[in-house]
Amino acid sequence: MTASAAFPRADALSKATGRERYSADVTPPDCLWAGVLRANAPHALIESLDVDAARAVPGVMAVLTRADVPGTGLQGIVHKDQPVLCGRRVRHCGDPAALAVAVSREALAEGLARIRLTLSPLPGVFDPASALAPDAPLVHPGREGGNLLSRGLMEKGDAPAALATCAVVVEDTFETPAQDHVFLEPPNGVARMAASGVLDMVVSTQAPFRDRFEIAHALGLDPRRIRIRAPYLGGGFGGKDGATVQCLLALAAMQVPGRWIRMAWSREETFLAGYKRHAAVVRLRLGADADGTLRAMTCRMLFDVGPYAHLSTEIMALGMEHAAGPYRIPHTRIEGLCAYTNNPVGGAFRGFGVLQASFAVERAMDALAARLGRDPAGLRLQNALRPGDANGVGVTAEPGTDVAACLEAVMAHPVWTGRQAWKKAAPPFVRRGVGVAAMQNAMGYGRGLPDHAAAKLELTRQGTFRIYNSVPDMGQGNASAFVTLAATALSQPPGSFALVQPDTVLCPPAGSSSASRTTYTFGNALLGACRAMAEKLKARAALVLLCDEPARLVLAPGAVADPASGRTVPLAMLGGFLSRDDRICVDQFVMPVVATPPDTGKQFRLGFPHRFYSHGACLCAVEADELTGQVRLTHCVTAVACGRVLSQAGVEQQIQGAAAQGAGLALFENMALAKGRIRAGDLGAYLIPTALDLPDMECLALEDDEPSGPMGLKGMGEVGVHGPGPAVAQALGDAVGLWVRRLPVTPGDVLRAMEEPAP
Amino acid sequence: MTEGITVNFRLNGAPVSIATAPGRRALDLLREEFGLFAAKEGCGTGECGACAVLVDGEAKLSCLMLAAQLEGREVTTAEGLGTPEAPHPIQTAFAALGAVQCGYCTPGMTIATAALLAKNPDPDRAAARVALSGNLCRCTGYVKIVDAVLAAATALRGEKS
Repeated sequence: MTASAAFPRADALSKATGRERYSADVTPPDCLWAGVLRANAPHALIESLDVDAARAVPGVMAVLTRADVPGTGLQGIVHKDQPVLCGRRVRHCGDPAALAVAVSREALAEGLARIRLTLSPLPGVFDPASALAPDAPLVHPGREGGNLLSRGLMEKGDAPAALATCAVVVEDTFETPAQDHVFLEPPNGVARMAASGVLDMVVSTQAPFRDRFEIAHALGLDPRRIRIRAPYLGGGFGGKDGATVQCLLALAAMQVPGRWIRMAWSREETFLAGYKRHAAVVRLRLGADADGTLRAMTCRMLFDVGPYAHLSTEIMALGMEHAAGPYRIPHTRIEGLCAYTNNPVGGAFRGFGVLQASFAVERAMDALAARLGRDPAGLRLQNALRPGDANGVGVTAEPGTDVAACLEAVMAHPVWTGRQAWKKAAPPFVRRGVGVAAMQNAMGYGRGLPDHAAAKLELTRQGTFRIYNSVPDMGQGNASAFVTLAATALSQPPGSFALVQPDTVLCPPAGSSSASRTTYTFGNALLGACRAMAEKLKARAALVLLCDEPARLVLAPGAVADPASGRTVPLAMLGGFLSRDDRICVDQFVMPVVATPPDTGKQFRLGFPHRFYSHGACLCAVEADELTGQVRLTHCVTAVACGRVLSQAGVEQQIQGAAAQGAGLALFENMALAKGRIRAGDLGAYLIPTALDLPDMECLALEDDEPSGPMGLKGMGEVGVHGPGPAVAQALGDAVGLWVRRLPVTPGDVLRAMEEPAP
Repeated sequence: MTEGITVNFRLNGAPVSIATAPGRRALDLLREEFGLFAAKEGCGTGECGACAVLVDGEAKLSCLMLAAQLEGREVTTAEGLGTPEAPHPIQTAFAALGAVQCGYCTPGMTIATAALLAKNPDPDRAAARVALSGNLCRCTGYVKIVDAVLAAATALRGEKS
């Protein structure tokens, strides 16, 4: 059974014609507005917070401070350390000091402006290394462990001893910056506390089912009496995994019951208060034999958590698990540390710690290639992890570990094979270079945290189908993929399927839209529901057909058919004849885990290790302007191995989009953090790539098969983000001799490199 | 909100008249008074292009326009270009060529495309990229959007792609 490429996507036309309703478009009549006063200080004590004048503003219905917050007042996914409203202490500029509810945006703005917040500044910590110094100011005074949120170790063999015997050892420190998601739809939602005590919320979220528990814990509510609905998201990329507006909005709804209330963060507020990709500093030593065979690596990854844990420890763990890259390295020692600072809050972002690790190990491979006088692509190919090898933490690589095939694919591309001629043909005042990188990204939550989904499928009375999607579609196209899977499994046209978007009342539970798991896990659950539905439809049709062998019946478009007699039963007839309960099938799926985990990383009980990976290789070509130092990405080719390609266009969408985000991080995106303050805190100053900044990026999707995947596919939403950073860095080495240790690369870096005499 | 003025303009082909405060943003007027949600707010400061609408055939950022500035104008939102049942060729091309992912930028992109193709019915990829450079997309990397612009141009010229 093969799935047909379902294009256009099920959601494409409703979105293209502006009809699709996002959370931001939900506007109940007489909706109130809620908003927050941000502290705008990186570290301070609140001396006074006077809300009397704000409460007196006409149209302001409530102004709340920490004293008004019921429950624990703390939000967070695993570690609950982030105040819904901050109390005495301000720990970053985006901390919310007070919440107001008003009848209009204007009254809300006026109310917030009348709040008098007096702060007394405290010395802060603004980089993770300083945060771990013995005399560093404490972000959470009194906390055991001080600013060290967590540390971990993953080990295989004896790396320090092996390094001592390597013919070649390279060592360096690499830095990647905080990155803003810049999803186009800022965090927002609407909520109402009904008279019955049920909290109803429509919100732009990646994790509706988990949101209930985060809200309930923070505000002392019963999670069973919280309903979350998640329409299509206007982007997420990890930044809507974990509460943004949810707890604040719930608090507003509790204070002003019976009314719908909207909260919508502005773009600037999103920069200020939203989660970021963690800035990280990675020290890495990599050793090899004289012939280039990798022997050992040691690595120390230091993550800038910001003031609240969010998923930092889990992100660090995944980064550590990927620290050895998609390479065969017998001896590894990987240490990770998470440090609290007064910078913006670090959180999930496409790649989830892997990007930071990947940049470091790929750069180390470049250093090694330079030292050995080797072609960087060939050195990678020589050491590429293959099925059956032990990966960096000792997990046996699955079939489908196709790093080598991906490398070979990009090495056969004209951009690589023709690179010398292309470089020589550079116009005046332009220098050209080409670079290559390999990448990997695990799928799913990992062992110890069941990666689950339940799927519900309904035959309507009209004989069509309704898929109850339990995992939000933030743009990656999972909802549409579910239609393709179900349509193929049930031999029906895609148009026979309607989608119900995530709703904690109507849909059975599933994990978040994250971790390259969405289509794999829910897709498997849905195929289970489809099998049950097919069996049911045949059994019920057999009754109509007076057939005592239901197994010989087959599904045909709009009908169940008996090939023996040629007779059919229309699905519309079955739909009209079955009771509601009988028209529904539900199944569930949990992602298989590593059966015998390696004897390391024991402190990571939730989500270590991972079993399934997608792989890739990325080729980037750049032009550096000798006069301005500006770098232009002229080519970007990504090969990806991600199991079966259900939709070529769908894979290209993810790879091109991920590469664009990786290229942004490599060349443009810089929040210009200074002592905890974001100086580039809007889209005029924080530059993401525009249509003029990127080439026509190519995607080479290798056909493969993952036996455990729905119709053979694996998740691949993240892997593509890792390529451009290291590939552009290598390309700049090729073009101008720049040794890139830190992203983003600035024109100043490039000019300085060109001024240095050639070694 | 004080109801200050009455603004008369044509909206998606039909004359409309609405009492509103003169300083109200055109974006809010379209969304909240007319229920036209295709124009989105991505930044509110004219950087992202998600709120673009056609005003007398030009792509304009409705988050930077005030209600009063619509007086006497011809305003077209993405809803006015076409419907899911009868989409505009630009919308068809965006859907068919995979130019739509999260879709939040898409209505604005289609408006920018409409403005481009009205002036230049046969743009090359570079011209399409220039025309779209005021519209940010974080999902696609723009390749398929440029594909869609060129396919739409072909369709609108009446040629087969």
